[in-house]
Amino acid sequence: MFAPTYFDHNATTPLDARVLDAMLPYLQTRYGNASSRHEYGRTARSAIDTARQQVAAAVGAHPTEIIFTSGGSEANNLFIRGTAATLRPACVAVSAIEHPCVREPAKELVRQGWRLHEIAVDANGVINTDDYALALAEPARLISIMLANNETGVLQDIPALAAQAREYGGGAWFHSDAVQALGKLPLDFRALNASGVHALTVSSHKIYGPQGAAALVLDKRLDLRPLISGGGQERNLRSGTENVAAIVGFGVACELATQQLRDEAPRQMRLREKLESGLAATGATIFGRAATRLPNTTFFAVADIDGETLVAQLDRAGFAVASGSACSSVSPAPSRTLMAMGVEMNVARGAVRISVGRGNSEEDVERFLQAFGETIVKLKSMAALAA
Amino acid sequence: MIKFPIYLDYSATTPVDPRVAAKMIPYLTEKFGNPASRSHSYGWEAEKAVEDAREEVAQLVNADSKEIIWTSGATESNNLAIKGAANFYQGKGKHLITMKTEHKAVLDTMRELERVGFEVTYLDPLENGLIDLAKFKAALRADTIVVSIMYVNNEIGVIQPIEEIGEICRDKGIIFHVDAAQATGKVAFDLNKLKVDLMSFSAHKTYGPKGIGALYVRRKPRVRLEAQMHGGGHERGLRSGTLATHQIVGMGEAFRIARTEMATENERIRMLRDRLWNGLSGIEEVVLNGDMEQRVAHNLNVSFAFVEGESLIMAIKDVAVSSGSACTSASLEPSYVLRALGRPDELAHSSIRFTIGRFTTEEEIDYTIDLLRNKIGKLRELSPLWEMHQEGIDLNTVQWAAH
Repeated sequence: MFAPTYFDHNATTPLDARVLDAMLPYLQTRYGNASSRHEYGRTARSAIDTARQQVAAAVGAHPTEIIFTSGGSEANNLFIRGTAATLRPACVAVSAIEHPCVREPAKELVRQGWRLHEIAVDANGVINTDDYALALAEPARLISIMLANNETGVLQDIPALAAQAREYGGGAWFHSDAVQALGKLPLDFRALNASGVHALTVSSHKIYGPQGAAALVLDKRLDLRPLISGGGQERNLRSGTENVAAIVGFGVACELATQQLRDEAPRQMRLREKLESGLAATGATIFGRAATRLPNTTFFAVADIDGETLVAQLDRAGFAVASGSACSSVSPAPSRTLMAMGVEMNVARGAVRISVGRGNSEEDVERFLQAFGETIVKLKSMAALAA
Repeated sequence: MIKFPIYLDYSATTPVDPRVAAKMIPYLTEKFGNPASRSHSYGWEAEKAVEDAREEVAQLVNADSKEIIWTSGATESNNLAIKGAANFYQGKGKHLITMKTEHKAVLDTMRELERVGFEVTYLDPLENGLIDLAKFKAALRADTIVVSIMYVNNEIGVIQPIEEIGEICRDKGIIFHVDAAQATGKVAFDLNKLKVDLMSFSAHKTYGPKGIGALYVRRKPRVRLEAQMHGGGHERGLRSGTLATHQIVGMGEAFRIARTEMATENERIRMLRDRLWNGLSGIEEVVLNGDMEQRVAHNLNVSFAFVEGESLIMAIKDVAVSSGSACTSASLEPSYVLRALGRPDELAHSSIRFTIGRFTTEEEIDYTIDLLRNKIGKLRELSPLWEMHQEGIDLNTVQWAAH
């Protein structure tokens, strides 16, 4: 069967074969419930303990700081809703470019009497320091700023922002969604925590692990209410029978991510540079190019070419990429990240994201640029005919 | 050949059926797309698999696939159903009703609601574990908004009269939630007929993988919920988060197998359960917990008087079962379910839950019977209480000296 070249690693990654091997016994013979006290249960429990150590090691945390959840969305919801439930309604500040699973729970808090401050970003997608200072002056009691943006790959200076919150803020709890950062950058919760970061979200399926497992890395001084009660798993912060196979997979994926980071990050960065010089030659705009970004992500648009159409053409040519619109409904809305960066609507509508990964080669990029060039010529001539 | 320890703890979790695992693996390898990816075939393929599985889950319970919402498991489903309905309908009232024998996922959720101002009635069961319908009717109030009663109890396996409870709730316009985690594949039912508004399902109690469950949300008459997890708007806004395709595929296949094989499988399991009970009921001073008729075929919950449950568990290490003490902490607490039936602590402590399943064999049952007979005899030989009982002393009349 013909498999398209996968260039959408920020959406989800293929499972590493070694991760699958580690998981399979837990889908076959080692099926115990980790809460059971017999041998089957103890085997499951010890597998979870090992995975917790592996995840902790990958993010520079202590194993007791790892709260397993079903996914990144749940971990982000747990932080925002769970912390807010212990506080009197005040100000919650999130960046204007957060993933919906941060923005939406923050908006939910408004219904409970909270004020929401969406922190502005500049044209490169970097936090606007003046607006951030305003948020701190509110004062914000909860702050969530993503480490790396899922669309542009632009990084925020989280240690500096957290330190500033601690120095000038009103004693805010500071969280960072690091789902896109894990495996692409070194992460050190110990150091971040020392700067004033209290919690991080990381997820398995973005690092060649399975879907269905993620973690909230949590400073234990934080008081929060669980989103899901009943059973008392995960220090009572997340009840429910543990998804042993997925957690085991997440652990191994973390270990592999750490091992491969040193070689993979620069390799993917070279692929992206090759890609971007090719794209720029066709006149594409690359968003956030002046900012520090993830090594694997490029978000771009070609003037007068609709992103959805381009993506569909590329799919036909055998390349799986993402369009920049949140097409969750019938009418595709332009990327909120680009809107926050002040990108013109007609440019934003053309946005396409390529996120390379471990399986991509230089040859993939060359083939892509060839196909891309041809597609652009075709679409432009079609547009000219229509005009 | 018997594989030790013999697994008789199918209500804690079930092995993944090999057919389920086989169906899952392609979605862990080449078909790895995110079902929310709309721009390429990896995403479309995953989305189709998710929708096919949704249809399988709906078919087992005769629901519309649009009524099935994926969650991470029955615990999350219970939380979403109860908190979601209570929050949505709080304008109509503040009162909820449940039973003392519910799973912690329901009881702890109720406690959370009490913290924020809701009122909850916890009904005592009858001695056989079933709901007392008269008491239930008496507990209903004008401001009752949600009733949550489990279909099949996880410890004693009794089946609650969901049809009757549903009629009463619908009549009064009360939202009725049912935790059916232990019911799928064990009890045949039809959501077209039952007047249930919300129902929680789990995959890993029905030979599917852990980490996936579903919530049935009735469309006619329409039931509304307040989402508990917000974000990308997945699952019609009721539950955001990337869907774990391989797990969903596994749950679909597990529920398909349950639908096609349930009738014959339950007969076989009932035979094994009866064989086990025949073997154990011959032992002196053995008490069955929970109604024997209104009960799933898979469950046998037995108290062995004059034997301490923990020592018994240690003595029968060859058999993986659950005891009646929930040893979640350093202290041993007797099962709150058995206590709610009115069992004294000693009997609750000495109880064992045997749950039989798809891969249990006759040979395993026979081995278990022999082992139990032998070990109980030995443990009782060591017990001064048993000796006194043998001598005809009524232990309830003994004046114990305090130290």
